[in-house]
Amino acid sequence: MATNFPNGAIQTITGRAVVLSGNDIDTDRIIPARFLKCVSFDGLGDQVFADDRKELSGNKNAIHPFDIPENKDANLLFTNQNFGCGSSREHAPQALMRWGIRAVIAESFAEIFFGNCLALGIPCLRANHQTISELQTIASESPRPIFSLDLANLCIHGGGRNWNLELGKGEQKMLLSGRWNGTAQLINNQEALVKTAAALPYLNNFN
Amino acid sequence: MSAGTLYDKVWQLHRVAELADGATQLFIGLHLIHEVTSPQAFAGIRELGLKVRHPERTVATVDHIVPTSSQARPFADPLAEEMLATLERNCKEFGITLHGLGSGRQGIVHVIAPELGLTQPGMTVACGDSHTSTHGAFGAIAFGIGTSQVRDVLASQSLAMAKLKVRRIWVDGALQSGVYAKDLVLHIIRQMGVQEGVGYAHEFAGPGIAALSMEERMTICNMAIEGGARCGYVNPDATTYAYLKDRPYAPTGEAWDRALLWWNRLASDADAQYDSEVVINASAIAPTVTWGITPGQGIGVDELIPELEEISESERPLAEDAYRYMDLKPGSAIAGTAVDVCFIGSCTNGRLSDLRAAAAVAKGGKVSAGIKAFVVPGSEQVARQAEAEGLDQLFRAAGFEWREPGCSMCLAMNPDRLEGQQISASSSNRNFKGRQGSATGRTLLMSPAMVAAAALNGCVTDVRTLLN
Repeated sequence: MATNFPNGAIQTITGRAVVLSGNDIDTDRIIPARFLKCVSFDGLGDQVFADDRKELSGNKNAIHPFDIPENKDANLLFTNQNFGCGSSREHAPQALMRWGIRAVIAESFAEIFFGNCLALGIPCLRANHQTISELQTIASESPRPIFSLDLANLCIHGGGRNWNLELGKGEQKMLLSGRWNGTAQLINNQEALVKTAAALPYLNNFN
Repeated sequence: MSAGTLYDKVWQLHRVAELADGATQLFIGLHLIHEVTSPQAFAGIRELGLKVRHPERTVATVDHIVPTSSQARPFADPLAEEMLATLERNCKEFGITLHGLGSGRQGIVHVIAPELGLTQPGMTVACGDSHTSTHGAFGAIAFGIGTSQVRDVLASQSLAMAKLKVRRIWVDGALQSGVYAKDLVLHIIRQMGVQEGVGYAHEFAGPGIAALSMEERMTICNMAIEGGARCGYVNPDATTYAYLKDRPYAPTGEAWDRALLWWNRLASDADAQYDSEVVINASAIAPTVTWGITPGQGIGVDELIPELEEISESERPLAEDAYRYMDLKPGSAIAGTAVDVCFIGSCTNGRLSDLRAAAAVAKGGKVSAGIKAFVVPGSEQVARQAEAEGLDQLFRAAGFEWREPGCSMCLAMNPDRLEGQQISASSSNRNFKGRQGSATGRTLLMSPAMVAAAALNGCVTDVRTLLN
């Protein structure tokens, strides 16, 4: 399991990719609820997609992408629409991160999942259906090609090709600057926090 | 961009600062916490040497992991016990009110905050749970967050957020007898899909919404997230105020009068501008049941499970996965589908009016042989009110189990779960693969009254045939 978690500025991520096809893959599938019975995220890396992987474990003709030996050291994930929908459990990106995923590229993301990833320094980038299909095809070749994700230029190259990706300007800046870990800047706005609270009717007996 | 909407007004009031990278720092008026998504957040603020900035605006309860058969401590499951003990320790250390087991106020977080009057119009409400959208029923801007964000709210009572677009979902007409708020929201998600709401706050409006009670509005807003919208809301009106009056945390005396004046100004203006508008006709909706593995895969109880060619091309792989997983045949009727387990409860449908609607169907009947049917009140208050009305006796006489409050089989983080390929008729909110605790378990979402009907007949049944 990976332990070198994101820290500080994130500019490039280089490595192999896991391909997970399908729309609307929800966070219950990424990490089933029984694994949420914990007071620490530490053990979640082993449990990522636990039920989907178990379902395929007895099947000689199919293997879950997270169990393919060649994907063992992959740090990118290529998937389709509305990835991470459903429950707000941060355990889902935590499990992906602890397994080794450092960036997700998909057609679209569920909003809470996207925010949870950002708070961990895991970039979630979007691309159109055509790009994702091409990335998924090339990433599945043997031997597995190495991709290089460039956050400053919002593109990824691999297998001699290059694709453009999408990310909001704000999120891009947060990742490039290391300010994705934003607790400090929230706390530092002391005066503005006090002022906002003082102007809220419901905190001031509706005066 | 939207203008003059309740969302805009509440956003402006809670704006603390614009952050370096373009996000807005938003003040959170009410922070609700529970045992599952808070332990690591408390560990995080301890690590940073911080305190909880507004413990008086932070309220805790325990719901996800509690058993519903026996709530005696310590729990049989040591992990569940550890989670509750951790929450108790954290609340004590940081001075946070915990509405714990046996307090008379414990229950599912999205049931207790409204019933205590904690949730009020014009607030921002955050909680580490995606169904926080429920609180939007009061004209609050309420949304689910992850644990790192729970840490940020504990530390700063604020969040870095990007402003959402606003879509108005205008509901014309009125629901017919035997058709409930749950059917309306399942119908909306069926029409719009599970992704359409991403990036939007959904304002539910129109005569079909104005006619709903607060509990019904909560059911609608609860499932906004199932349509992809992190936040759903209804403009506050006389129904909202009548519900709130005299609740424990509601303002009193002159403050109540001042509150009313303020709340009235919050509603979206008549000439408000929306980024998107959708119209739904409530009067044409039948009791709705899901047949697949997302809440968008729903049909009227009188319809057939769609054939592949009736489904748009991009949705077909998901539909094929659903046929396989659910072991249901395209082109066959959903009515008559045999069920094994019937679950009435959850933050979607665990309130008093939900139990009354189910009881009206169950009254004098008998749960079909071999069916496990159980009712889990959403809170201790709901349980005591239902018992005062004799609903517990009515359900028991009909063969239902009557349980203690908690999230129960909605998400199976407690002993209530499906086994093997069991199929449930469930008044909860998600029919995802494995959601109810078995990796091969199957869920049919429907209204509480429809669940009661399924329990009596042993199969999916149009509740209207039992009510007439």
